[in-house]
Amino acid sequence: MPVLRRLATAMPLIATLALVGCASDGGGIQSQKMAAIKSRGKLICGVDGKLPGFSFVQPDGSYTGLDVEICRATAAALFADPNKVDYRDLNSSERFAALASGEIDLLSRNTTETLSRDASGGNGLSFAPTTFYDGQGVMVPNASGIQSLKDLAGKPICVESGTTTELNLADRMREIKAPYTPLKFQTGDQTYAAYLQGRCVAVTSDRSQLAAKRTSFPDPAGHTLLPEVLSKEPLTPATVNADPAWADAVRWTIYALMQAEELGLTQANIAAKVVEAKANPNLADLRRFLGIEGDFGKQLGLPADFVVQAVKATGNYGEVFERHVGMGSKLKLERGMNRQWKDGGLMYSPPFR
Amino acid sequence: MAGVFTPWWRNRRLLPWIVQAAVGLLLLVLVAFLVGNLVRNLTAAGLLLSWSWLGNPAGFDISETLLPFDASLPYWRALLAGLVNTLRVVLVGLVGATLLGTLVGTASFSSNALLKRLARIYVELIRNIPLLLQLVFWYFVVFLALPNGTAAIQLPGVVLAKSGLFLGAPELVNGVWQSPLKITVEFGALLTGLVVYTAAFIAEVVRGGVASVPQGQWEAAGSLGFSPLQTLRRIVLPQALRVIVPGLNSQYISLAKNSSLAVACGYTDLYSVAETSLNQSGRAVEVVLILLGAYLVIDLLISAVMNGLNGLVQLRER
Repeated sequence: MPVLRRLATAMPLIATLALVGCASDGGGIQSQKMAAIKSRGKLICGVDGKLPGFSFVQPDGSYTGLDVEICRATAAALFADPNKVDYRDLNSSERFAALASGEIDLLSRNTTETLSRDASGGNGLSFAPTTFYDGQGVMVPNASGIQSLKDLAGKPICVESGTTTELNLADRMREIKAPYTPLKFQTGDQTYAAYLQGRCVAVTSDRSQLAAKRTSFPDPAGHTLLPEVLSKEPLTPATVNADPAWADAVRWTIYALMQAEELGLTQANIAAKVVEAKANPNLADLRRFLGIEGDFGKQLGLPADFVVQAVKATGNYGEVFERHVGMGSKLKLERGMNRQWKDGGLMYSPPFR
Repeated sequence: MAGVFTPWWRNRRLLPWIVQAAVGLLLLVLVAFLVGNLVRNLTAAGLLLSWSWLGNPAGFDISETLLPFDASLPYWRALLAGLVNTLRVVLVGLVGATLLGTLVGTASFSSNALLKRLARIYVELIRNIPLLLQLVFWYFVVFLALPNGTAAIQLPGVVLAKSGLFLGAPELVNGVWQSPLKITVEFGALLTGLVVYTAAFIAEVVRGGVASVPQGQWEAAGSLGFSPLQTLRRIVLPQALRVIVPGLNSQYISLAKNSSLAVACGYTDLYSVAETSLNQSGRAVEVVLILLGAYLVIDLLISAVMNGLNGLVQLRER
């Protein structure tokens, strides 16, 4: 029962808050969350699990996708082993409660970064760097003859409940003064099933998600994305606000993947680069980045070679993108805004200094 | 007896009170400690209960409402609209499930072997399949298989399409059916699912009630010239009701609680609105408290009404 399930996720939160003493005075870089993860020996990562390209369960039960690689890179940074991750499939309504109650350590589930989700007075999340810049789109069957948002006036539109897309849709339709009927479903599966059954003339979500879901339709070529982009959707991994040290570790692990692309470090050449940097004391930048000198790892509470381990596990950001969602993958998405800053994109890592 | 002193620890009248008071006090202290700790920790986590967000604009739309609603209205109006939607499906569902359940329950006493067998098959089939599956079945397999647009089933003044049942001069505007009176497929699927499921249990309650009336009552009524239907209505049911009503109470409560599965078939009930509100506002604890309170009140109301009814049908000793 949904009410019971909601309670099941909220109750531990209430119960722990009622029972634990005021033990929240951890100072320095000591992080309760990281201590808990290390003693457990595994990272618990919240993902979608049903979104090809981002997080998807393969026939052998393993997970794959861009969101999954973030979990794997973080596990590699912590344990030097990308497989020390337990995945939890979460729907869009469960994700924040799961994070707040401590059921998961890291939320890597195509979640849009917004003010109310970040603010302490809202959901109270701490967002890592954005891993995919997206925008909201609308998909319609070709046969419907719908060309633009205006044509959707008075028609039913399918949307997943508890998402930013639900609100953006309401805003945009109000702007163009087009009344519509929102049909809300709790899971993506139900949303797309209702769309394919023809209950709605359109379905709205992040453009990347629409493209991903379309690959599993019986007739992918029979559906088009409308040209309008309804919103900015920076899809971003998140942790809880209450543990800044853990948030920093995740943040810089993700930056490391972007920095690695900028420096031309790949899954294939990282081992050789380490050997090269060790032999040449003049490559100070690279030596610091790879943890051969300096104490970046220690400052974050991670092993000195966390960058090497992360890149070894997943490759740099560009490799991750191409492997799961890029032109070489089933999704065939353009790199677009997700190119690195040198190429005119938005992927930019602050300096490792 | 004057002059005889009873110490308090042997005072049979005082002692229970002292024990009660001690236990009560202990419980109160424990609860105060837990609540105090909860408030302290919620404050530390920045999650202290606050209700001012209820006045903020909701920002999302609701597909069907009895009360007028749009995205610029505050959260409490959205929750109210959701509550009204829940009450709507619960009330109609209670009536429907009672009628169908009574029919099936009495059918299992029919002298017609086919009818009797069908009633048994219905009960065994329905009550052994999870409700969520049944709702998904009704919505996705049955209701969404209806034809759409111009292909919809059209009778004078009535149209049955994929989007719903339209009554009173329906017309096709821009490919979408519209009429003053309509029942959406989401409401239809949820209602059908709840009625069919709950009726199976009510049928068993009714069957148990009717079976509790001794065979002699039927025979006596028959010998006085009552027809089987008259016997049922005038002799058997009034006696059976004493057994049936308490059993109905818990079935009615189940129906009200099960209505929260509405989100499985896209109907916007209280639970669905609360879920969206929770995600948009981040006020998890408050929203869950509102949900708990609302379902508790609905169920207590049903219980109170049914207990009143129970008092009416019970045998009065003279």
